[in-house]
Amino acid sequence: MYGFGLIKGLGVTMKNMLLPSRMFTLHQYPNRKIGLLGLAKKAGTNVFSYTAKQPVMAAKAVVGLAEVEDREPLHGRFRGEEFTWYEDRCTGCASCAKLCPLGIIKIVTHPSGGDMEEGEKYAIDVFDIDIGRCMFCGLCVEACPYDAIHMGSGFEEGKYRRDELVVTVDRLRSAPKHPSNWFRPQLESKRYQPDGAQEAASGEVGRHEQPSLHDQEERWGKR
Amino acid sequence: MCGEATGGILDFCTVYRFLDVFPGWLESIVVLDGLASWLAYALAGFFLAFLVINTVVMATALNTWFERRMLARFQARLGPNRWGPYGLLQPLADVAKLITKEDTVPDAADRPVFNIAPIAFLAPTLLVVAVIPFGENSFLGKLNVGILFIVGVTSLNTLAIFMGGWASRNKYAMLGAMRGVAMLISYEVPMALAITGVLLLGGSLALSSIVEAQQVPFLLVQPLGFLVFLAAASAEMSRTPFDQIEAESELGAGYHTEYSGMKFAIFQLAEFMAPIITALILVTLYLSGAKAVGPIPGQLMFVGKVVIVVFGMLWVRATWPRLRVDQIMGLAWKGLFGLALVNLFVVAIEVQVFRDLNGVVSTQELWVMAGINWMVTAGALVLFANILGQRKLRRPEPVPSPLANMSAEAD
Amino acid sequence: MTIRTEPVTINLGPQHPSTHGVFRLRVTLDGEVVLDVEPVLGYLHRGSEKLAETRSYVQVVTLTDRLDYTASMSNNLAYVRAVEKLAGIEVPERAQYIRVISAELQRIASHLMATGFLLNDLGAFATPLMYCFRERERILDLFEMLCGARITLSYMRPGGVFQDAPEDFWPALGFFLKDMPGYIDDLEGLITDNEIVLARTRDVGTLSAEMAINDSITGPILRASSVQWDLRRADPYEVYDRLEFDIPIGSVGDNFDRYLVRIQEMRQSVRIVEQCIRDIPDGPIRADTEYFMRPPEGDAYAAVEGPKGELGFYLVSDGGIAPYRCKIRAPSFINLTSLRDMVVGWKMGDLITTFGSIDVVMGEVDR
Repeated sequence: MYGFGLIKGLGVTMKNMLLPSRMFTLHQYPNRKIGLLGLAKKAGTNVFSYTAKQPVMAAKAVVGLAEVEDREPLHGRFRGEEFTWYEDRCTGCASCAKLCPLGIIKIVTHPSGGDMEEGEKYAIDVFDIDIGRCMFCGLCVEACPYDAIHMGSGFEEGKYRRDELVVTVDRLRSAPKHPSNWFRPQLESKRYQPDGAQEAASGEVGRHEQPSLHDQEERWGKR
Repeated sequence: MCGEATGGILDFCTVYRFLDVFPGWLESIVVLDGLASWLAYALAGFFLAFLVINTVVMATALNTWFERRMLARFQARLGPNRWGPYGLLQPLADVAKLITKEDTVPDAADRPVFNIAPIAFLAPTLLVVAVIPFGENSFLGKLNVGILFIVGVTSLNTLAIFMGGWASRNKYAMLGAMRGVAMLISYEVPMALAITGVLLLGGSLALSSIVEAQQVPFLLVQPLGFLVFLAAASAEMSRTPFDQIEAESELGAGYHTEYSGMKFAIFQLAEFMAPIITALILVTLYLSGAKAVGPIPGQLMFVGKVVIVVFGMLWVRATWPRLRVDQIMGLAWKGLFGLALVNLFVVAIEVQVFRDLNGVVSTQELWVMAGINWMVTAGALVLFANILGQRKLRRPEPVPSPLANMSAEAD
Repeated sequence: MTIRTEPVTINLGPQHPSTHGVFRLRVTLDGEVVLDVEPVLGYLHRGSEKLAETRSYVQVVTLTDRLDYTASMSNNLAYVRAVEKLAGIEVPERAQYIRVISAELQRIASHLMATGFLLNDLGAFATPLMYCFRERERILDLFEMLCGARITLSYMRPGGVFQDAPEDFWPALGFFLKDMPGYIDDLEGLITDNEIVLARTRDVGTLSAEMAINDSITGPILRASSVQWDLRRADPYEVYDRLEFDIPIGSVGDNFDRYLVRIQEMRQSVRIVEQCIRDIPDGPIRADTEYFMRPPEGDAYAAVEGPKGELGFYLVSDGGIAPYRCKIRAPSFINLTSLRDMVVGWKMGDLITTFGSIDVVMGEVDR
């Protein structure tokens, strides 16, 4: 019947309007409005006891002014900003700078003079990542033979000037260590969540187990 | 005009009489005796106009919020919910943004026409409200040519659209204006014919009398006329499936491509006002207007029906795509025109048969008419659909072309 | 009496709501009727082919993401296949299955976007577009789970993929595949029978089979013109020869057929992914390759059936670490050349819809 398709379409839109399961999975960054029901559920009580306990918040929720924080739960492999870098793992080999397709990693090193038994170690003077030009392909992470550099998990790096976007070595040193699981199956197998509060220590991010003191004694001490 | 006593809502006559009865303070301002009456007249008009315009603009602001929220729900989104409770203050934010925007005028624009166009677009829309009977009478009292006033005043929009499009000296705007003129003028015809059916049944040009005559809502009595009117009205306010004038994906913004700032805001205001105004007319003509039902006051019923109609139009807008420009014209002249004529013909005969000596059709006979008209409507729609395009539904079975056949190549 | 009228030339673009990127069309109109169209290209030219000559083979993968940014996976797949052919790398079986899964998911995502924007061009006020994006969002979530990015994925590497799918990817994929046919049904209920859509798209912008072949059109547009040609079946790559799927074709090659072919291809893609989940073996996901590989001198061309058509990479190696020459056969660009044949004589509104039904992505056209 001609004209039936139009009415069917109206039915589809009405269905999509009414069913909450058909909504976008929305995250109203950084905070979302919440109703009274949601607030009570969040507090773990029912609506009445919540209203009795916190009348101001409940009234705000009724008129639609109550807000709670709402952030996108990122997947563990999210390739984000704030590169995580472990200085004690880094040898300054510049593999990352070499594999970077855009050449935005700048590394300057000098021989540190210490640790001569294992071979000369290099200290890092400059480790600049210009994330204003970075495309977050993650090839630097893939290149690192010692798992010293990791992708970060943040995405809130809005800046007013371009030169503020350069991540310097000081910032890399002081930044909280929340490495992404990207190209780090060892982190994934530990079920490490980068967006959690837990920081990853430099000993547990490596692809290989760190040799125990006994092992080191076995291998190196008898020479 | 203000001879008989009127009841119901605040109207021009009440205000005028109030000012006329208490002329003491007026005379203290105006020295001449003869002027006081004139001034009372003007003041009453000014007062009412202020009231009406502000009410309608506030309702429009609410409508923008409603429309955006509901449209968002239809599209599985949330819509504006940040500013104020449930995003209700969003219209204020929009106004603030539009006021602070730079008002650009193209170099080659025809400045006077360019500047007048928004006002010419908004004014007729506002004028319609004056004659809508919100209670027993409208703001202008029992205006005896209410429907003629509406038909005449709404057709002014066409001129404003063409002014805006022409004066912009922009090809997109020009195309939009051209489409607008052709479409709006075409759709006036079926709309006027559909209204004529109502007039025959109501027996009067006054909107309040039409409302009184609706013992049975005219939606039930002449569904065909209602459908034609609905289609023509949504074309008149240029919303999907008839939004050729703006046609966002084709023409950018149509006739108001070059407008910015407050002039653009006025266009938008009139555009968001259009659904409300259309709903007002529709409710008055077909849904028995502000008739009280039991204990519910008429005004409340009126508002409720208007909200339902606005929602219905929004639903259609959220669902259907746009017709092409020639298909729209074809629909007006080949489809709606004929349907409106059928409706008019049937209603005219029925009125001739059923009316008594005073020209009044009783309630029982209205129900009989409703029965006949529903059958006529179903028949006419099926016929219409068959003529217009049943064959388009059939899709030929796809046959792989022999030019490049993978199975043939593999052999 | 005849009124003397002149044709009007208007510029559609580069900033126009419906030109799918920065693309300019110089249109000559007689009233509403299109007399001539002349595409003006190059607003998004980034010189990807030249840039590829100064990057190592692994680094070029990141460039291919930016070609057709609605279908990065397919671009990656085409490129890494060319490199593998050039260097003679054997890809582990599990990697091939993962690649097919991700490429088919990407095909669904790309077709969803094409359908949504086609309806938006028809004037449906973004409702079908939003529905399409809602479902596409779930695919992007899967991609984020798989490789940490949503649009520019860089998931594949010469010799496989860079990392195996995480554990929670498989149940999430299963849920998505369970919901997807229902979503497509919804979309079809909204669009396929809609009389306005039929009136707008049926028999509009018709491209005959001869014309399509002469214009070397590929992909859904070719199949809509009733030519049954699909590289997945005609020249099977990866594991497509082990999978069962139909190749939907259209009957006349109008806008509606192009839409319908995409919808049916989405259903077939769901079918393919389901078979892949069933059959996927365990094993390594990446062949042992060097980061700075030096393929032997020679050239190779590899093509895949991307969402837009035959996406091919032609690589020439001089034995160095970077390709000597990288030529991209961009399906959007070649499909775009048929625009003029389709729209001349139709109305302005049909021009926009036909352009939408070709489904071009300017990042790929201008490269």
